[in-house]
Amino acid sequence: MRSDVGQFDFVSPASLDAVLERLAAEPGVHTPLAGGTELMVALNTGRLQQHSLLNLQHLSELRFIRVEAEAIHIGSGTTFTDIRRSEAIAIDLPLLSQAASWTGSVANQNRGTLGGNLCNASPAADSPPALLAYGATVTLVSSHGTRTLPYSDFHLGYKRTALRPDELLHTISVPTGWSGYRQYIRKVGTRNAQAISKVALAAMARVDGDRTSRVIGDIRIGAASLADRPVRCAAAEAAVRGKLVNETTVRAARTALAGEAKPIDDIRSTATYRAHVAANLLEEFLRSLVG
Amino acid sequence: MGYTPQSGTGLLGSSPLRKEGRDKVLGASRYIDDQSLPGMWHGATVRSAIARGRIRSISYDPAVDWAQYAIVTAADIPGENTIVHLTRDHPCLARATVNHPEEPIVLLAHPDKTALLAGVRGVRIDYDPLPGVFTIEESEAAVAANDTERIIWEGSDAGGTANCFKQYCMYSGDAAETEAGLEAAFDTADFIVEGEYATGAQEQLYIENNGVIAECFRKPSGGIESVCVRGSMQCPFYLVHALTLVFDLPEDKCRVIQVETGGAFGGKEDFPSVIGSHAALLAMKCGHPVKMTYDRAEDMAATTKRHPSRTRHRTAVSKEGRLLGGTVDFAIDGGAYATLSPVVLSRGTIHAPGPYKWPHLRVRAKAMATNLPPHGAFRGFGAPQSLFGLERHMDKIARTIGLSPEELRRRNFLGTGDCTATGQPLNEPVDMQHLLTRALHEAGYHEKLARFTVENKTSSIKRGVGFASFMHGTGFTGSGERRLNSLVHLDLLPEGRPQILVSSTEFGQGTNTILCQVAAQTLQLPYDEITIARPDTSVVPNSGPTVASRTAMIVGKLIERASQQMLATLRAHAALPEAHTADDFHAAGLRYLAKHGTLRESVRYEPPTKIYWDDDLYRGDAYPGYAWAVYVAEVAVDMNTYMATCTRFDALQEVGKVMHPVLAKGQIEGGVAQGIGYALYEKCMWKEGRMMNNQMTNYIMPTSADLPPIHVHFEEVPSIHGPGGAKGIGELPMDGPAPAILNAIENATGVAFNTIPLLPEDIFERFTSLGHPHGGSEDLDVTVDRDTRTEAVEVTA
Amino acid sequence: MSLVQLTVNGTRQQVDVPPMKRLLDVLREDLALTGSKEGCGEGECGACAVLLDGVLVNSCLVPALQVNGSRLCTIEGVSTEGRLHPIQQCFLECGGAQCGICTPGMILATQHLLDKYPHPTMEQIQEGLAGNLCRCTGYMRIFEAVQEAAKVA
Repeated sequence: MRSDVGQFDFVSPASLDAVLERLAAEPGVHTPLAGGTELMVALNTGRLQQHSLLNLQHLSELRFIRVEAEAIHIGSGTTFTDIRRSEAIAIDLPLLSQAASWTGSVANQNRGTLGGNLCNASPAADSPPALLAYGATVTLVSSHGTRTLPYSDFHLGYKRTALRPDELLHTISVPTGWSGYRQYIRKVGTRNAQAISKVALAAMARVDGDRTSRVIGDIRIGAASLADRPVRCAAAEAAVRGKLVNETTVRAARTALAGEAKPIDDIRSTATYRAHVAANLLEEFLRSLVG
Repeated sequence: MGYTPQSGTGLLGSSPLRKEGRDKVLGASRYIDDQSLPGMWHGATVRSAIARGRIRSISYDPAVDWAQYAIVTAADIPGENTIVHLTRDHPCLARATVNHPEEPIVLLAHPDKTALLAGVRGVRIDYDPLPGVFTIEESEAAVAANDTERIIWEGSDAGGTANCFKQYCMYSGDAAETEAGLEAAFDTADFIVEGEYATGAQEQLYIENNGVIAECFRKPSGGIESVCVRGSMQCPFYLVHALTLVFDLPEDKCRVIQVETGGAFGGKEDFPSVIGSHAALLAMKCGHPVKMTYDRAEDMAATTKRHPSRTRHRTAVSKEGRLLGGTVDFAIDGGAYATLSPVVLSRGTIHAPGPYKWPHLRVRAKAMATNLPPHGAFRGFGAPQSLFGLERHMDKIARTIGLSPEELRRRNFLGTGDCTATGQPLNEPVDMQHLLTRALHEAGYHEKLARFTVENKTSSIKRGVGFASFMHGTGFTGSGERRLNSLVHLDLLPEGRPQILVSSTEFGQGTNTILCQVAAQTLQLPYDEITIARPDTSVVPNSGPTVASRTAMIVGKLIERASQQMLATLRAHAALPEAHTADDFHAAGLRYLAKHGTLRESVRYEPPTKIYWDDDLYRGDAYPGYAWAVYVAEVAVDMNTYMATCTRFDALQEVGKVMHPVLAKGQIEGGVAQGIGYALYEKCMWKEGRMMNNQMTNYIMPTSADLPPIHVHFEEVPSIHGPGGAKGIGELPMDGPAPAILNAIENATGVAFNTIPLLPEDIFERFTSLGHPHGGSEDLDVTVDRDTRTEAVEVTA
Repeated sequence: MSLVQLTVNGTRQQVDVPPMKRLLDVLREDLALTGSKEGCGEGECGACAVLLDGVLVNSCLVPALQVNGSRLCTIEGVSTEGRLHPIQQCFLECGGAQCGICTPGMILATQHLLDKYPHPTMEQIQEGLAGNLCRCTGYMRIFEAVQEAAKVA
């Protein structure tokens, strides 16, 4: 049953600084709300715990895509539609562009923001595998200053992030320059659209060597729904880095992925299915490297 | 694009614009939640938190100002505490015990809708829990073991036995002769093929939730004068019947008005009796009109679904592929109360033999009680369940004896003049051979069969084709139409235009449109000349419930007869010429009205004299007519993700005269889409009787991106029983998709799956055989939703 | 309470509502525009879809405060003076509306789709409407209506 909306405070601070001041003045009391595609669902089902909300949706300083020589910087208030529309992202970060197109429906992409999606911190979210594979960094701001950390350090556990109560996710910076890499992303959801992933994998690899000996020079793999948070699959990467693409390598990759994956049974899928299908996707990608 | 002929002739078979369509595309249609009445309050339901137990106490949180609320419990019911369907076992509000999760116990109303959440949370109910049974098997086991602790239903005023609402035993002939024939058939058969098939519950998922607004009027003395309920529903007179008992009022004091209804599919057949009675009780208590509308989560958790089922086949077959005899054991899970289970079971039983000749057949059927919310009507009404079992079994027989699925069916199809398993002679033409030939041709079946066999060897995507042959009976089963005794009126309005008065409702299928077409065609008037009155039981006669694919054929025929009567009246008494224009008609109408004041033609159902049904022996003419069909599915199974997708669907059916090609196509496509969901996506996940995925985000219905092209093909063999030769089509398309798809998946993968819904996890489990105790989607942990729920989730990394 | 000013279907409106009140409820309760429907309340079904500053959104997920100063088009604003918009006409003729409850959102999603892709491919139609659930039609009549509307427009 829907919450009584009269019980909630919701204000629009005039600027980002004003938001940060409010967060700093009463840490943990206020919750930022941008596109509303998560928090409004909680409100509608009577389970929104936070009673004081701060509007971010109107803050144009959080909504930008800035293309620089070695990275694309994306403001946390950037919508998935903005990301899909960006030609630079489509060319330089195709996995992110693809992931954005899988996020909810068109209407939700028009509202939902990348920052909101990351801070909601679902282990099943669509963008994180791509951001992990690309080695993104995140910039967090507060009225006390700014800090930048690798995105892989942002998620601390199930729906827990490195954000302090007075901090806001400001920018997601994604390195570009992947032209030498083969890139792969696949989402296995409950259906083709409007789906939450049962498992998803984003992977990219640089293949070195000539036609007779193709060696995986570098590989980067991000996954969703394989653990309590979005994860980079370091063991699987290590198992194949510097290796020839052959049956032995494929097997080693599968084994390593199985070792590091910690999926669970939940309402959408089973742990065994998730682990096995993730390995199938990884194998599909590895085999495509010799194609 | 639709084409509307100017005159009546040729109107049936053309596609005039949907009667209420303009308002719908304008967003101007007023559904129940779009309406309000002066001084209206809002109602909510406090529901059982457990599956089964005794209610120890009900207490009210002192922090809530209860003076502002109207509170209704079972003790407030002025009449009988029952929601009557076929029996009276179903309480309107639980009093001493609860028998399923979400069972209504206390009703609250408040002038301000936003106060309801605090009210519902402020009612505390304590229970002494009792053990429950949650599957057909658990219910059967309790009976077998005489485990009185788990006998959850004892019988009712309308019969039934411990944990069993209803049983049928249907024979293809005299019982003793059939038993002897079966024994001989199994003794001499070249092959005996056995199989077990199961289907899950399915949510109707109309996009408009259940909702009503109720009023209660008092006499000057203070007693209850009458009640009035308007709302989203299929069968206004069902709700009238329910209200007469709950309020102990005569029928004419219980007025029900159907308003624009946003989808139903059977889900608003029996359930409005519950929510309608509840809202009326609150209106009685608070003295204001009360609106009750469920939100999605409540609607999904607390209202009816399609009955889960289990079908066991044992079949004697000759090596030439002739069915020599068969036994079918069909069981459905009825949930906690009988509601409509006996009639759902009946339709499932009668459809279990399919469109085949059975020299000897016995169908044993039963509806078991479980501690789930009562299952109810959903498009197909038992037939999709038993036909799923049969059509999967036919493929199994074919594989066992080394015939193609096509050839096996060809050797056993019913044809014109044959008798069905209930002994009904098929006097109208039936040509399943031709339907099969054409359906396979339209789908490119043989070419694909050959091509996929080659391609699958080297592809990680396995493709396949499969089909199902089936029929669906139009109208109520057996003596049902005779008992309904439906009545329609056709009035001449003061301006000389005809108006149809029926209780048959529009909820998207096209009732308004096709009935107006029938009247216009028969009266030789333009379509726009005909109007249809809103179903208000104080105005319209009881033309029966809008269910069972009966509206076009049964009610349509009554409208046709009423229209003929009106023509005859105006010709005889108002000099209407034989060939007339609309102006001639108006003039004649006005002449008649000037002389007689009013003109109302009333027509009552007259059973065709040739139709006979024996309820005790369960033999005779089960339905006045059947629609016949062959559906072909093409699938792709991705062996990396174990996801099966339907990639093309061809639906060929013989439905008599197609009254409105655009609407008819829409009916078939919509039914096929629901069938695809039934087969591959839609799984109700239960935990101790409670539906856990009661949200649109985790109950997965197909989106526009999930459905394949659906090709609809019709054959038209006019029936004498329907207007202009029409038969029913509403439910038919629900029957075929699931077995056709699973047959195609077997063709693609070589593995037989016999349970739906079939999720990727189930396919994965079979292919990897990891030896889990249950396996596949049985291992889903429904208590954990890592994406959308944050509360009560303890996750260890 | 918050004072929210917005332009709905060309008319300037002002409402004084709780800031977290859903846009859907503002439309239905405060402005008596009941064409937008609630199907799920969680942004899955699209029955409440409207165009907010020309962009398709689910109005059940938009708090009132966020529409202050915005321009809104609801189903009531699609037709002009009782004349059906070509999209509405095509839905009517092709059988794109059955029970009609998803129709308002579906028509606005179609308008948004055709704004982006005047001649959409089948894939673009399927994706563009995937946030609008329809239980009646199986979507085929809707696809036809969208294709016809693209021809007419």
